[in-house]
Amino acid sequence: MTNLAVKPSLKNDLIHLTLAEARRGLEKKNFSAVELTKAYLDSMEEHRHLNAYILETPEQALEGAKECDARLAKGEGRSLEGIPLAMKDLFCTKGIQTTAASHILEGFIPPYESTVSDNLTKAGTITLGKTNMDEFAMGSANITSYFGNVISPWKRADGKDLTPGGSSGGTAAAVAGGLAVAGTGTDTGGSIRQPAAFSGLVGLKPTYGRCSRWGTVAFASSLDQAGPITRDVRDSALMLKVMAGHDSKDATSAHVEVPDFAKALELGVKGLKVGIPKEYHLEGMPEDILNLWDQGKKWLTDAGAELVDISLPHTKYSLPTYYVLAPAEASSNLARYDGVRYGLRVPGRTLDELYENTRSEGFGEEVQRRILIGTYVLSAGYYDAYYLKAQKVRRLVTQDFELAYQKVDVILTPTTPSAAFALDEKPTDPVVMYLNDVLTVPANLAGLPAISVPAGFSKDNLPLGLQLIGPAFDENVLFRTARVLEDAAQFKSFLRGHVS
Amino acid sequence: MSLDQDTVKQIAHLARIKLSEDRIKPMQEDLNRILHFIDQLNEVETGSTEAIAGVNTPAMPMRDDRVTDGDKVQDILQNAPEVACNMFVVPKVVE
Repeated sequence: MTNLAVKPSLKNDLIHLTLAEARRGLEKKNFSAVELTKAYLDSMEEHRHLNAYILETPEQALEGAKECDARLAKGEGRSLEGIPLAMKDLFCTKGIQTTAASHILEGFIPPYESTVSDNLTKAGTITLGKTNMDEFAMGSANITSYFGNVISPWKRADGKDLTPGGSSGGTAAAVAGGLAVAGTGTDTGGSIRQPAAFSGLVGLKPTYGRCSRWGTVAFASSLDQAGPITRDVRDSALMLKVMAGHDSKDATSAHVEVPDFAKALELGVKGLKVGIPKEYHLEGMPEDILNLWDQGKKWLTDAGAELVDISLPHTKYSLPTYYVLAPAEASSNLARYDGVRYGLRVPGRTLDELYENTRSEGFGEEVQRRILIGTYVLSAGYYDAYYLKAQKVRRLVTQDFELAYQKVDVILTPTTPSAAFALDEKPTDPVVMYLNDVLTVPANLAGLPAISVPAGFSKDNLPLGLQLIGPAFDENVLFRTARVLEDAAQFKSFLRGHVS
Repeated sequence: MSLDQDTVKQIAHLARIKLSEDRIKPMQEDLNRILHFIDQLNEVETGSTEAIAGVNTPAMPMRDDRVTDGDKVQDILQNAPEVACNMFVVPKVVE
């Protein structure tokens, strides 16, 4: 390590490793946690134009890395000892600013730690910083953050800046661009899977109830779920193992055993019944997406799985249902931002005026739209027509899946209806933007686990993902099937061998 | 269903969000696009279907009724915009 000529290439190598490879390298003492962390901190500095982080925490990271090295030296490394992570700025981190990418929370320093980030830290991870995202996780392109757009490390031939997807776009850009080994996201309607698909990464939304929501800034409480964004399927299993678990501080956290997910990775798919829902074949779906889906089917049948045509008849109504329920829950959850107890305060002559001024200036355009829609569908006279109606359709969407899982073990679909778009191509109609999540939202409504696996490229040579949806609390079937897709696809990522 | 401008103002007031005059029309247009999209739900037959508020949460767990946390006045106040005598300060409410 004294040879300066070796150092840059070593650093370069370090930021290419998967979590499992990095963990092995640390264990074998090929490099230290401090060296690994420094390589990432350098890379973060070099790629600051991506705007992946709202806040970088280099001092705490290096401090943490030293402690990890001390443990590793004693042979007392915990399961994720010394792994530098990107933490979505929706997870409250004790003593470290947490904003949900909103002006209204700028400067907020939580006096407590979210359960998910606490679980990770206790397993030995190092937090490099808090990643950018759509404001309050509302968005699909990471363009609603008060702290500016995130730029994908991927480029199209025309050289335009692309979206990394959203809302967990900062984490996705960080993991894809070599600014973190892996990271955390949250997924209310696709906010882990869509950015993972756009960024050539593995993104997992666990079963609702698998990970505690305590200390995570709430968007839509009956849909929100934390999960990992990683460079491969194994890393996803290793991260989930640590993030998951029952928590008495979250009444919706499930009292179920957390299996050793990594053990499912090499089980294969021989004899597995894979459902192909005809309703996910959308009108006008681009050819490259359909071809990838066909390719995915072939990979799974080649590995011994059996395809079964299924129908999920209420698929079409999932997105309209979501756009009643998510804004309704959000309007209620976001009522707490009043300029009195924490966050931004904009003065007013009366208390009401203070509330109205604070919320008008503190919330961005998209958040205000959703609060207003939510307020409307919950208001007297419209509650039954919208909110109650949507809750009924949610049951029908859920029942569609229950019936399907009587016949199949797992469901295969594309993750997104398109590849990443350029930031200057963003739609002006909010509904057009919402359509990004048309294939991911149903799993949130039904509370099911779903994973996006990078599987190929669009006609513009940008990453595309395939989605697997499993029965509740059966993430194992996702991991074993995703491993087969990953193995067959041999996807070459931005960092790991892609030549554009 | 579509919203007129008075309804938009009324909702904004309910949500305690100030909408300046120049923002009302664009907001009305956006909200109506979203409502039009949501109106698709009317196509679905939901006669005897029971509404659900969430999934995978069969029964809310009960916990013992005892104090497990507290004495955190400074933690609670540390992020407040304005504090006096261990209390949050707001504009005068009672005349």
